[in-house]
Amino acid sequence: MITYENVYDVIVVGAGHAGCEAALAAARMGCHTLMLTINLDAIALMSCNPAIGGLAKGHLVKEIDALGGEMAKNIDATGIQFRVLNTRKGPAVRASRAQADKQLYRLRMKRVMEHQSRLDLKQGEVTALYVDSGDLRGVDTRSGIRFLAKTVIVTTGTFMRGLIHIGLRNYPGGRAADLPSVGLSDQLASLGFTVGRLKTGTPARLDGRTINYAKLDKQFGDNPPLPFSFSATEITLPQVPCHIAYTNKRSHEIIRAGLDRSPLYVGLIEGIGPRYCPSIEDKVVRFPEKDRHQTFLEPEGLDTVEIYPSGLSTSLPIDIQYFFYRSIAGLENVEIMRPAYAIEYDYVDPIQLHSSLETKLIPNLYHAGQINGTSGYEEAAAQGLMAGINAALRSKGRNPLVLTRSDAYIGVMIDDLVTLGTKEPYRMFTSRAEYRLLLREDNADLRLREKGYALGLVSEEEYVRFFEKREKIAHEYSRVASMRLTLNSQEQAFLEANGMTDIHKGTTYEQLLRRPEMSYDHLSEFDDVSRETPREIKTQVEIQVKYHGYIERQLEQIKRSQNFESSRIPTGLDYFSIQGLTTESREKLSAHRPDTLGQASRIPGVTAAAISVLSVYLKANAQKITSRAD
Amino acid sequence: MYICDTIVAVSTPPGNGGIAIVRISGACAAEIADILFKPLKNGGFKSHRFYFGFISDPKTSELIDEIMLVLMRAPHSYTREDVVELHCHGGMLIVDRVLGLVLSCGARLADPGEFTRRAFLNGRIDLIQAEAVMDIICSQTTGALKLAQSQHGGALSHRFEEIQEYLLRALATVEAYIDFPEDDLGEADLNLIKTPIDSALISINVLLRGFDSGRILREGVSALIVGKPNAGKSSLLNRLLNENRAIVTHLPGTTRDIIEEVLNLDGLPVRLLDTAGIRDTDDIAEKEGISRALGYISQADVVLFVMDVSRSFEKEDMMILDALIDSNVIAVLNKSDLPPLLNLPDSFACMNRITISATNGDGITELKELLHNEFSSDAELDSRQCAFISRTRHRDALISAHLTLTRCSDALAAGPALELLAVDLRGALSVIGTVTGSTTTDDVLDMIFSSFCIGK
Repeated sequence: MITYENVYDVIVVGAGHAGCEAALAAARMGCHTLMLTINLDAIALMSCNPAIGGLAKGHLVKEIDALGGEMAKNIDATGIQFRVLNTRKGPAVRASRAQADKQLYRLRMKRVMEHQSRLDLKQGEVTALYVDSGDLRGVDTRSGIRFLAKTVIVTTGTFMRGLIHIGLRNYPGGRAADLPSVGLSDQLASLGFTVGRLKTGTPARLDGRTINYAKLDKQFGDNPPLPFSFSATEITLPQVPCHIAYTNKRSHEIIRAGLDRSPLYVGLIEGIGPRYCPSIEDKVVRFPEKDRHQTFLEPEGLDTVEIYPSGLSTSLPIDIQYFFYRSIAGLENVEIMRPAYAIEYDYVDPIQLHSSLETKLIPNLYHAGQINGTSGYEEAAAQGLMAGINAALRSKGRNPLVLTRSDAYIGVMIDDLVTLGTKEPYRMFTSRAEYRLLLREDNADLRLREKGYALGLVSEEEYVRFFEKREKIAHEYSRVASMRLTLNSQEQAFLEANGMTDIHKGTTYEQLLRRPEMSYDHLSEFDDVSRETPREIKTQVEIQVKYHGYIERQLEQIKRSQNFESSRIPTGLDYFSIQGLTTESREKLSAHRPDTLGQASRIPGVTAAAISVLSVYLKANAQKITSRAD
Repeated sequence: MYICDTIVAVSTPPGNGGIAIVRISGACAAEIADILFKPLKNGGFKSHRFYFGFISDPKTSELIDEIMLVLMRAPHSYTREDVVELHCHGGMLIVDRVLGLVLSCGARLADPGEFTRRAFLNGRIDLIQAEAVMDIICSQTTGALKLAQSQHGGALSHRFEEIQEYLLRALATVEAYIDFPEDDLGEADLNLIKTPIDSALISINVLLRGFDSGRILREGVSALIVGKPNAGKSSLLNRLLNENRAIVTHLPGTTRDIIEEVLNLDGLPVRLLDTAGIRDTDDIAEKEGISRALGYISQADVVLFVMDVSRSFEKEDMMILDALIDSNVIAVLNKSDLPPLLNLPDSFACMNRITISATNGDGITELKELLHNEFSSDAELDSRQCAFISRTRHRDALISAHLTLTRCSDALAAGPALELLAVDLRGALSVIGTVTGSTTTDDVLDMIFSSFCIGK
């Protein structure tokens, strides 16, 4: 083994969506960073659907952007259809989604990485961590080069012991046409990590020239398209539609007839798949009463005929795939360019991580992305960003940045992973966030920009832009809260025209805005100043007024939980020595080893009473330690 | 609506007592008192003084009760926070209304042991006191579910689980519409949300009515008297009470419903429940009485199995014995004044057993002693106390959930914001969860994925 001359601050293993954010964050924070990947042509490759965002995922992308990550800017530059979902529902649950030109997405990210100072990109398969008498020193590669580093971030995606299934055939691979990563997960297991197996799948890629679009409905994006990034980005690529098609009873019969050659149903696949992203055979079997399933035919790019049929992933053999896709109206003569497949891969139980994403077993080692049992580009990128930030902070001897459940979806996701672990691929849902009304897409910058700036990830220019926006919002909010109706003729006329005759003189604009029938734009009918308010300021003020009561209540809950969240549990605490805990609580706490009382309270089986007992115990212990010090 | 972390609980045992105390602790305690309470004499509250006045619903101005109020300003209170005690008349209905009003003013239901926890964390009591209380709380909360399971043959816990299931269903539907707008679920079908919420409200109302009637909650140890017709159950009841309460005839099947009387055993209240004689019968009314008697077996603290020593062990006795498998039984061998004929099966060998004559009173003193010993041990009294507090929590949880769900139901009628509805549904689930165990995100996701075909 040849040892390379440089000692890096941070080495990132893998160049997917987690690896890219990790490497960029570390390098931008001033760390000498190396990114190692099996294939330099596959940086930021979208292995599955050609889309970014969606419910809760869009929230993650905006948070990544607010903190100074790259994903939002990358999709803004390469997106070919943008939509805001749930526009008819409340602002907390609106989310952005975009179709990407898959090749442009990958190439732009590669360009950004190549132009990043302090960041080296090298091709090489990491076969082992270089651990010297318990200390992490670097990584070893298959080509025989050893790279030294202070910290290592592992982002292996689906590559560790990847196994591809098409029908009853299977072969090792990290993704169609890429080699798997072999050796690393065995070493992790031998170091004491719990390594498990997960499964995911992807549909076939269809030849657009053989699709009869005339038979299908189109779905266009929003016009004008709204960018993800809070920085001044523009959407410049031409915008294209998706098409909607449906399976039918015959499609389902074809699926059923192929089940005896499904690796899933004959038991060849041991990994656990995601319930929210079932294969078409799963849907047909589990919901036999549904006689059709919807699919969006998503273009993979502007300059390709490849089409991604969403929701139609399968691991059935290729002959069934042909019969199945061709049974769909509009796809009667369709050609398959790349077959659908399922893939099994190794992941490491995330319960073995601290909230900083550093492993509990090996200091200076971080895990991010699918290795932690998640699925999705956005989930991976968010973890990559946090792991990059925390590895950089460690190499500088600083404390980690941990986002809480009330700070961000990123905080919710990481807390879920490290507190509860996961048995199936973990995807973000808005229902996972107990402070959903606070954690909105629209205020991701208000929540996180300051933190990104303090880390050095947000530029001066971006920060100034944000700062001014925040000032304007605060100013306009206090104006609206203090302006009172005088019931002059203009106001009278407006109230009468809108049936609000019960409004008294002296009512503030804020109180008026709380009425469900009122919107900010209504103010402009009698209030000159509001006519001049920029759109993004209007929106913020309106949301803050409308959600006011609920926001206050959630803030109160957060304040209440803060005692718990900041109350740290000593690492080696013997739960069996604490009087008053039930056996179940003792066992659960001993297995999960939570870092804080807050985490302890979220472990199923640990009761509110147990938390009371524990809080009393911790307080008493702290008192004992202080009195001993005296 | 006041937003502050102020907690409330009914601190007296449930049941129709003379007085019930609703205790509020936290920064907003005094403000809440101000909103709800109108003193007879105007002027502010001084700390540690009792005030007489009226409590009324601020929305409707409806008068609820005349009460005594005391405000204990921080730090001179149990929790070292502002504490207000409302001493109301003890009727369950009134207490419920008062608790509901305090909750609607922004207070929340106290967690188990929260008053004590606050007292400790604020330095009011020392660790040893706190640990002792925490010990009890922990056993109580784990006891709460067990208690619910044991009451009315598990009917109570079944009801709570049913409510939880309804709420979970409603929440899962709301969440599915929020999180999966691209999954071909169609427009939000409000009936899918409204129906389970309404069902939950009905279940809650049924339970609250049960608490009101006091049947579940009437205090004391319950002793159920069972036996075949004419074994002498009603004579035993009368003998124990020293009066003729139950109708005693020689006609089998006279007692068709449950007769309930309270016996004072050296300060220990014992509820004696006299039941219909157990036998095979075609009489519909009698059958009903018998099945009710059998139904009560699982809830009784002790069963007095009355047998007639002058008759042989018959198939009716066997029927009863079979129903008593899990019960705490005292075999009462009655009619010792008549020539004995009874041959007990082996299964009676390890059972508490006593021979009496309800006619001449032989053995009655011994039976009373046996009953008293059965229940006067410290451990039993402790668990009894736990039971009261757990029951209080059951009822408080129901009232809190009722308040929240009524708000949901009103919101649904007005055209709902799903994300706000979800907040309230989660709130209701969380209070019901204090009895049944909490609902996790995974429970919600499980329900979504099993009810809707989701996935791209």
